Amino acid sequence: MTDPKDYKLVTRGVRKTYGPVVALDGADIEMREGEFLTLLGPSGSGKTTLLMAIAGLNDPDRGEIWIDGKLATYLPPFERDVGMVFQNYALFPHMTIYENIAFPLRMRRQGEAAVRAAVRRVLDTVRLPGVEDRMPRELSGGQQQRIALARCFVYEPSIILMDEPLGALDKKLRDALQREVKHLHENLGITVLYVTHDQEEAMVMSDRICLMNDARIEQIGTPADLYFRPASVFAADFLGESNLLSATVAGTGGGEVALTTGDGRTLRGRARDEVEPGARVTLMIRPENVGFASDTEPDNTVEGVLKEVIMSGQITRYFLELPDGAEMVATGLTGGDRGRPETGGTARFGWAAEHTVVLRDH
Amino acid sequence: MTTSARLPEPPGGRAAARRRGPAWLRFWPIAPAVVFLVFFFVYPATLLLGLSAVDAEGAPTIEHYARLFRSDLYVKVLLITLKVAGWTTLLSLVAGYPVAYLLATVRDNTRNMLIIWVLMPFWTSFLVRTFAWIVLLGRSGAVNDLLVALGLVEYPVRMIYNFTGVMIGMVHALMPLCVLTMLSVMINIDTNLTRAASTLGARGGQAFWRVYFPLSVPGVAAGGLLVFITALGFFITPALLGGRKDTMIVQLIIFQIHEVLNWAFAGAIALLLLVTVLAIFFLYDRLLGLSTLSGETAAAGAARRHGIIARAGGRLGRLFTAGMGNLCEAAARLFDRLRPHRADRPRRGLSRGALWVAGLLVVAFLAVPSFFVIPVSFTEEGFLNWPPKGFSLQWYELVFASAEWPKAAARSLVVAVCAASLGMLVGVPAAFVLVRQRFFGKTAVFAFLVSPIIIPNIIIAVSLFYLFSKLALVGTITGLVLGHTVLAIPYVVITVMALIKNYDRRLDQAAWTLGASRLRTFLHVTFPIIRPGLIAAFMFAFIISFDELTIALFVTGGDFTTLPKQMWDDAIMRVNPTLAAVATLLLVFMSCVIVLSEILRRRGAAR
Repeated sequence: MTDPKDYKLVTRGVRKTYGPVVALDGADIEMREGEFLTLLGPSGSGKTTLLMAIAGLNDPDRGEIWIDGKLATYLPPFERDVGMVFQNYALFPHMTIYENIAFPLRMRRQGEAAVRAAVRRVLDTVRLPGVEDRMPRELSGGQQQRIALARCFVYEPSIILMDEPLGALDKKLRDALQREVKHLHENLGITVLYVTHDQEEAMVMSDRICLMNDARIEQIGTPADLYFRPASVFAADFLGESNLLSATVAGTGGGEVALTTGDGRTLRGRARDEVEPGARVTLMIRPENVGFASDTEPDNTVEGVLKEVIMSGQITRYFLELPDGAEMVATGLTGGDRGRPETGGTARFGWAAEHTVVLRDH
Repeated sequence: MTTSARLPEPPGGRAAARRRGPAWLRFWPIAPAVVFLVFFFVYPATLLLGLSAVDAEGAPTIEHYARLFRSDLYVKVLLITLKVAGWTTLLSLVAGYPVAYLLATVRDNTRNMLIIWVLMPFWTSFLVRTFAWIVLLGRSGAVNDLLVALGLVEYPVRMIYNFTGVMIGMVHALMPLCVLTMLSVMINIDTNLTRAASTLGARGGQAFWRVYFPLSVPGVAAGGLLVFITALGFFITPALLGGRKDTMIVQLIIFQIHEVLNWAFAGAIALLLLVTVLAIFFLYDRLLGLSTLSGETAAAGAARRHGIIARAGGRLGRLFTAGMGNLCEAAARLFDRLRPHRADRPRRGLSRGALWVAGLLVVAFLAVPSFFVIPVSFTEEGFLNWPPKGFSLQWYELVFASAEWPKAAARSLVVAVCAASLGMLVGVPAAFVLVRQRFFGKTAVFAFLVSPIIIPNIIIAVSLFYLFSKLALVGTITGLVLGHTVLAIPYVVITVMALIKNYDRRLDQAAWTLGASRLRTFLHVTFPIIRPGLIAAFMFAFIISFDELTIALFVTGGDFTTLPKQMWDDAIMRVNPTLAAVATLLLVFMSCVIVLSEILRRRGAAR
């Protein structure tokens, strides 16, 4: 077992129930100093429950939480040295921006001169100098979120928890703030535990992603791990677009797996884990790895009827109906050299064996 | 709504010019309510106040006002009134705050259940409550009985017919109003704010005092103002539970009319009361702004206000909250040293438990006393003793056999149904116009329609008495109905306005696009949806009238009484178990009314 003292944050077997509902069923995570870890999952997957337990805003039924090498499972929030950014910012509406940011420093009994200097410095950091005397509601949503961040940065907690902090902003602003939070994280060297249900946001910002589903941790890894090497059908389906096909393992060898689909076709793939011949598996192929197999001869091909072609900006999607009724999607850059295939005709899709991820069915 | 112009209008409008109809057509529904109040509220009040400025021959004089200040009696009574109202307000706020805080921070189901008990004094009759306190607090009442039995005191303590009695009765009567007003503000305070404060390092009471409490101040202020203003116009509780020294200003007005028949001087005292009320409103507006009264959220109250009073108040407030926060933190740190937080073991928050205990004690204080009239009504003895001796139905027999009680009850019922109906008839259309139309002076019209709540009832009662005595309406059902309608209109307007504000107008617009006319839309879409709320508004108005004493005190006469008036007359003469029997019957009746309206409301809502 790892030593919790080597990490900024360690949780072990944290479990939380609300009456008969299990909100979190044994969560284990480890975070190193300066890391940006995102808890990603659909609503009700337990990510906010875990975050609240780490913040000290709910008491877990079981398990341990270590913050900065100290056991903190049942400590009150104000003895944990954490910072938290809430989705609706939670700026105190009756205080000025200055008073809001000074609040944690005053709670720590810092002198007024030190407070003033720290507030000015942190407002420069979030690029909002000179707003000290404004009230929170006089600022825009994006500015309020930057103030909420500043209020956390100013007292330099061991770890900053963020609960869907960009959820209430519109798309353009969200994209800009994602990069800004990312830069602040890099420049200040802070440790951030971030919660979101937006997989794109998780991929843009995180060093590692902790994918959660149904009160459990599904997979922890880098964005590339999760995208290219998902450990489960849920992970494959939740991140990005994917084609999922059912198959049976025919044989293994040389790092490759031979597979038989329902309609008797043979495909080749690469297994993440050991699979036994005869095992039922699901194949995951990313649409961007699938193309028309007219000129080249790829490892795997399927034939079917081209049902629909949808152009959405720079990407075009092609929908192929396979003989057994399953659907397969291929994406490509719009206006490529393929020309525009006719819908209703027969077409052949193909992809490489290395892009076929084999997932065991449970 | 700015978008409404682009949304569909009802079919049938041929030309664009006709689409919105002539102005009078849009605004006429508000006219009956305004005209009604002008005739039966403004006009008589003006008459009465006018009387106070003329002498017997009709020549202008300041004699009556000079008399107010000639002896120190009236100023003294005014000061007593202010003192009683002030203490009532303070105690209601202090005891009500934990309850409101508890209600704001529990789950919805728990809250709804607790609110029923908090409102208990609201829907048990005024006089029932007062008798309950007589039963409880008297020399041989239940409280003294318990204290002596426990050996806490040797002799019964005097808790009634003095200031203590007045305070208990008035706080009991007015705290529900206070709790609900504070709750309406507290419920909008984001729970994340105190959580945020604790992650930022606020320990002990710091999060509460520096974040939650300042945000709840608009509710505290509004609740305090409402209690204070209402308390100024009280006379039932001081008269029945107080001693000679606890005379309130309203009692002086009643004396002038009933005993001396000096209209002009009664008018002068009434004006003194009115000026006091208006001065308090003015001060409140200066300090906090009247906008906080209409349930504006905490943010509006937190707006930085200008002016010396407001700024000084703000600074003092900040010092106070910071001081309280630091004090609580120090206490918490001391406590933590004795019993440190352990990282490996959960610790139940003591403060939450203490809050529940305090909250439930106050709720019990509000809900339990009324039930004490029930056992007393079955006593064999001739007085309200505790514990009641034996079992007998003699008092019930006496009530039903008497000439006055059944008649008074029937009359109260008829008057309440008529007043509530009339109030709905003029109040509902007015509420529609106030919510849906925009026009110049709308705020003023709204303030005018709800002003009978704010003006002490005694002024309305005395001036109506004056007007009705000229129109020969004193001692008639008509007179009572008209008077009670004046009081019912504000409640109907406020309740129905809240109802219409929550109504999704797109449903009407959908009906219009589907081809329904304005009338059919109202009949088949709007009305069925708002019906439960309308029933609630009717019930509200009904109870206001059924429990009303002030107007009844003047507009009835001789053997023409209402139930509350009859109870009052009896109580003034001698408190006896007959009243307990009537109070019990009233309690049962009111409970039936509440349950019935709840069933009607649920059935309507389920559809």
